[in-house]
Amino acid sequence: MPKFDELTVGDVVAQQDYRVTRDSLVRYAGASGDFNTIHYRDDIAQAVGLPGVLAHGMLTMGISIQPVVSWIGDAGKVVDYGVRFTKPVVVPPHGHAALSVTATIGALDEEAKRARVDLTTTFEENTVLGKAQAWVQF
Amino acid sequence: MVNPDIQGKRYPRTPSYLVGREKVREFAKAVMAAKESQDLSFAQAAGHADLVVPPTFPVVIQEQSLTLVLSDPQAKIDFSRVVHGDQRFVYQRPIIAGDELTSELTVASVKSLGGNHMVTFETEIFDAADQLVCTAISTLVVRGE
Repeated sequence: MPKFDELTVGDVVAQQDYRVTRDSLVRYAGASGDFNTIHYRDDIAQAVGLPGVLAHGMLTMGISIQPVVSWIGDAGKVVDYGVRFTKPVVVPPHGHAALSVTATIGALDEEAKRARVDLTTTFEENTVLGKAQAWVQF
Repeated sequence: MVNPDIQGKRYPRTPSYLVGREKVREFAKAVMAAKESQDLSFAQAAGHADLVVPPTFPVVIQEQSLTLVLSDPQAKIDFSRVVHGDQRFVYQRPIIAGDELTSELTVASVKSLGGNHMVTFETEIFDAADQLVCTAISTLVVRGE
């Protein structure tokens, strides 16, 4: 586990790329129980006016915290995690949607020994999550 | 579209949900967690009795409470127009495999904004000893006609 006293606001503590495929969406649907058809059926996504089959927002949120979990080595240290869903991630039938996550120290609470990690998740050069922040307990 | 009268409404406690170790692994794999997150000895080395759930896992419990709202005729929420606006999880302690959880949802607010409705839910998740372990806060945007 990294040391709290060695952290500085602005430090990039983790960076990771992910490939989201249709298989990923089916796997997440099964694991989470969210079987909304816009996440795996092109015809329905099109019928409701979407640009294509979309990744579950909760999948993007779930992936985006993983570089932080790997960095601290314990998911139990993430005591607060929130995001806004600002842009959809369109997942093509073939190939993948490429997500890139960067985790930066946004604030340090010396008294509580907590660090706020700000996450930037990009897809096709757009940020897809807003105000994505996690508090890590040291 | 959304009945503003449901603001403040508290929905009944959901039945007990037993967090299974293999379910945690399945979920961890689905959110592309590193292998260590699925390794029992790794969790034990960090001082946990069993696997720790990925930070977004409580969405599974929240979903059970949300189902009550979406099927509530008084709420009048058209699910086909629902978009997830934001989500947050605030933990009192880590959730680990073996925990038996129940949840209770309160409608924190119903707001109208530019023809859309925004409904914020707070779902409190309790363990078998009735201690609060996590609060899941979720805003759904119900798009206008």
